[in-house]
Amino acid sequence: MEASSSFNRNRSKLMNSEKIFRYLLIGSGVLIVLIAIGIVTTLFIGSIPSFKEFGFGFIYSTDWNPTQGRESYGALPFIIGTLVTSVLALLITFPFAFSISLFLGEYFKNGKLPSFLRSVIDLLAGIPSVVYGLWGFYALRPIITDLGLNAQGFGIFTSSIILAIMIIPYASSLGSEVISMVPGSLKEAAYSLGATRFEVVKTVIIPNAGSGIFAGYILALGRAIGETMAVTMLIGNSNKIPTGIFDLGNTMASLIANQFGEADGLKYTSLVEIGLLLFVITGIVNYIGKLIMKKLSA
Amino acid sequence: MNTSAQISNAKLNRRLLKDKLFTYAIIFLAFLSSVPLFLILFELIKKGYKQINISFFYKVAPDTMEAMVAVKNNEIIPGGIANGIVGTLIIVGMASLIAIPVGIICGMYLAENSKGKFAGVVRFIVDMLQGVPSIVLGVIGYIWVVKPITAGFSSLAGSVALSIMMLPSIVRSTEETLKMIPGTLKEAALSLGVPYHKTMLRVVLPSGISGILTGVILGISRIAGETAPLMLTALGSAAISTDITEPSSAIPLLVWEFYNDPNLVDMIWSASLFLLILILCLNLTAKAIAKRWKVQY
Amino acid sequence: MESTVLEKKEVEAEVKAQPYKVNNMMQNPIEKIESPILNIDKLSVSYGGDKYSINDVSAGIAKNKITAIMGPSGCGKSTLLRAINRMHELYPDTHNKGSVYLGEEDIYKMNPILLRRKIGMVFQRPNPFPTMSIYDNVIAGYLLNGIKLKRKEKDEIVEKSLREVGLWSEVKDSLHNKGTFLSGGQQQRLCIARALAYTPEIILLDEPTSALDPIATAKIEDLLVKLKKDFTIVLVTHNMSQAARISDYSMFMYLGELVEYGKTKQMFTMPKDKRTEEYLTGKFG
Repeated sequence: MEASSSFNRNRSKLMNSEKIFRYLLIGSGVLIVLIAIGIVTTLFIGSIPSFKEFGFGFIYSTDWNPTQGRESYGALPFIIGTLVTSVLALLITFPFAFSISLFLGEYFKNGKLPSFLRSVIDLLAGIPSVVYGLWGFYALRPIITDLGLNAQGFGIFTSSIILAIMIIPYASSLGSEVISMVPGSLKEAAYSLGATRFEVVKTVIIPNAGSGIFAGYILALGRAIGETMAVTMLIGNSNKIPTGIFDLGNTMASLIANQFGEADGLKYTSLVEIGLLLFVITGIVNYIGKLIMKKLSA
Repeated sequence: MNTSAQISNAKLNRRLLKDKLFTYAIIFLAFLSSVPLFLILFELIKKGYKQINISFFYKVAPDTMEAMVAVKNNEIIPGGIANGIVGTLIIVGMASLIAIPVGIICGMYLAENSKGKFAGVVRFIVDMLQGVPSIVLGVIGYIWVVKPITAGFSSLAGSVALSIMMLPSIVRSTEETLKMIPGTLKEAALSLGVPYHKTMLRVVLPSGISGILTGVILGISRIAGETAPLMLTALGSAAISTDITEPSSAIPLLVWEFYNDPNLVDMIWSASLFLLILILCLNLTAKAIAKRWKVQY
Repeated sequence: MESTVLEKKEVEAEVKAQPYKVNNMMQNPIEKIESPILNIDKLSVSYGGDKYSINDVSAGIAKNKITAIMGPSGCGKSTLLRAINRMHELYPDTHNKGSVYLGEEDIYKMNPILLRRKIGMVFQRPNPFPTMSIYDNVIAGYLLNGIKLKRKEKDEIVEKSLREVGLWSEVKDSLHNKGTFLSGGQQQRLCIARALAYTPEIILLDEPTSALDPIATAKIEDLLVKLKKDFTIVLVTHNMSQAARISDYSMFMYLGELVEYGKTKQMFTMPKDKRTEEYLTGKFG
């Protein structure tokens, strides 16, 4: 009697922990979904007052005027600043990231040299943004000034160079992975026809690995768009639309970083709306990147 | 006959030359990319090493006046970054406390439901969360915690922002690792009448420990150097702060403060150097664990 | 690949064309087992949809005997074995008809966890727990189920189980090394020890020697014959001569159907069903 009841108790305890565990598993998934929904709704709700005031004009207005009584906020200079800086960064990164991808994925797969290069790239990815900013400020800026590109050495171009260095790891890693996965039989076929290695790269590797390499660049672009500290320290933080790549500018992320602390009222909700726009833009860019990757694996 | 052979020879030589130039260009550009790393390291070590002494680790950051006097007398600036170290430990520690259990359980859920519809949604969202800019998470930390919960800037708010930031990498590394573990292991445990939860927690999870730990440590190293979200949440503090509802400093926040204060500029190098060494150690630990603790099936 | 598919089809066509001859017309091809320990009753198992991997299988399993399940690949022999301790339920969407009785109890009404403690299983590939020592692997059933044992009891169980599988003398000095460093055959014996240590009533083995070399295979076969005095053994095998060597009863399955079941000697010398005969003489499989 007694034994059987204790057995049943154990059994129901067992069933309970089984159930609890399964709920925990699903619960963690639900929590992730809730966090995402929470982020989106929080940003939406936070931007409502600004949206009520400026409507869609917020996106294409060029004003950023916090003067009391004449307050007016628009996001265009920052959207342009963000896109120009990060696209320029991507263009600067391209030859380097592509070379690294080829170097690690095709030319030198194993050995000491490539593993050295791999560690260097891992380390580049590990350097904090604020340290990149410092280095840009103290080491890169004087060079820009000496070249006469900008009087103080600040601006879009300076930020883009630093961003380009920062995203090298992201732009090159996916590329080297897909390049190394190009089937050897295809390459052998080309070699057997007398192709040089350069021609194999051109006619076999790039067509086969191209979309994967491209996906890597898109994801790196997403990184660059959201990067904050290094850009804040170098871009000059001017709230006007930049007139050229050597001009000063500002990005959405660094605007938030600079002004959020002391903001309230209309300025605060405008900054939240900038955050929402930034969230949407990076979301779209990353989604496109993932989409290409998914097509690749399918 | 002779001329056509010459032409094709010349053509071949041109092709071979092109090939050679391309190879050299690849090697040159690939290694040129590593130059900034060494320039940065060199700069940090050159300018930062003399500031790092014992008091650097137990004294709080100096105020502007102290620093100004020291600089005028051509002395080393007194003080250290203890408030930053303690702040980073608390903020990153709390973020890990939130993110690690959720991340590992969620990774397990995804690995166990590779085809489920809801799992697909969760996987998509994790991917998207990975791309959210850190500054946006700072805004979220501010709205979720600073305003309603701690009624002011706080290290808790910073932890919440950073925990969301490190979550995706833990989830994905756990999922990837667990997927690699042979299903026969799970079968073996279940066939012994071991309940599902114990099978997962005591057989499957320990078998993947190296991969999961590596993911966790890389997640920590990713957030340890974050500045932007902390500017909106933890704000910074001149004193060592252990109250999680109060503003707190962190090493990257100190770097930012030193950068903005002309008198303290000499401190940025040592603080950055320390931060970089910390992150470097985390990365090396992650690598060592991935290698050393790898479980052989 | 193609030729085997073709062969199968040919055989199927042949089977359909001429209703099988019964060599011994007096006897049903499915032998009835007196007082079985396990009784499979009209069991059908599907992995989803209307397609059943095994169909309407009825058979009793004799206590303290070795029963071999044979048949060409895809015939459902592994499914039948897994259905006995409900391991097939690990795949989503499985459903089944019919029942299996362990003594008086329907196993599909039992808690699968408790059922599996009574019916142990050994798998095709050796799968010792990689994070555990040899010692812990043997008592893994107790450890993982949170059953507290005294040090002495543990030592006794480990030694007894390892002796039973003939591994004791080989590993007694390295009990605290990881089990994954043993050879394949040793690993498989360790897995059998792990199943034994928990003193189940029945041990199921799913092609336990298919990943092993002939010497390791012979050791396991000797071991199984020795073990049947304490346990009931059900063994899926791809290898006819293995079934002939060690089993007391044999089942022949084909296309999800239990074609013939009886004493191994009889089945190998005088099969009652034409399909069994064809399989045993190597016409397909």
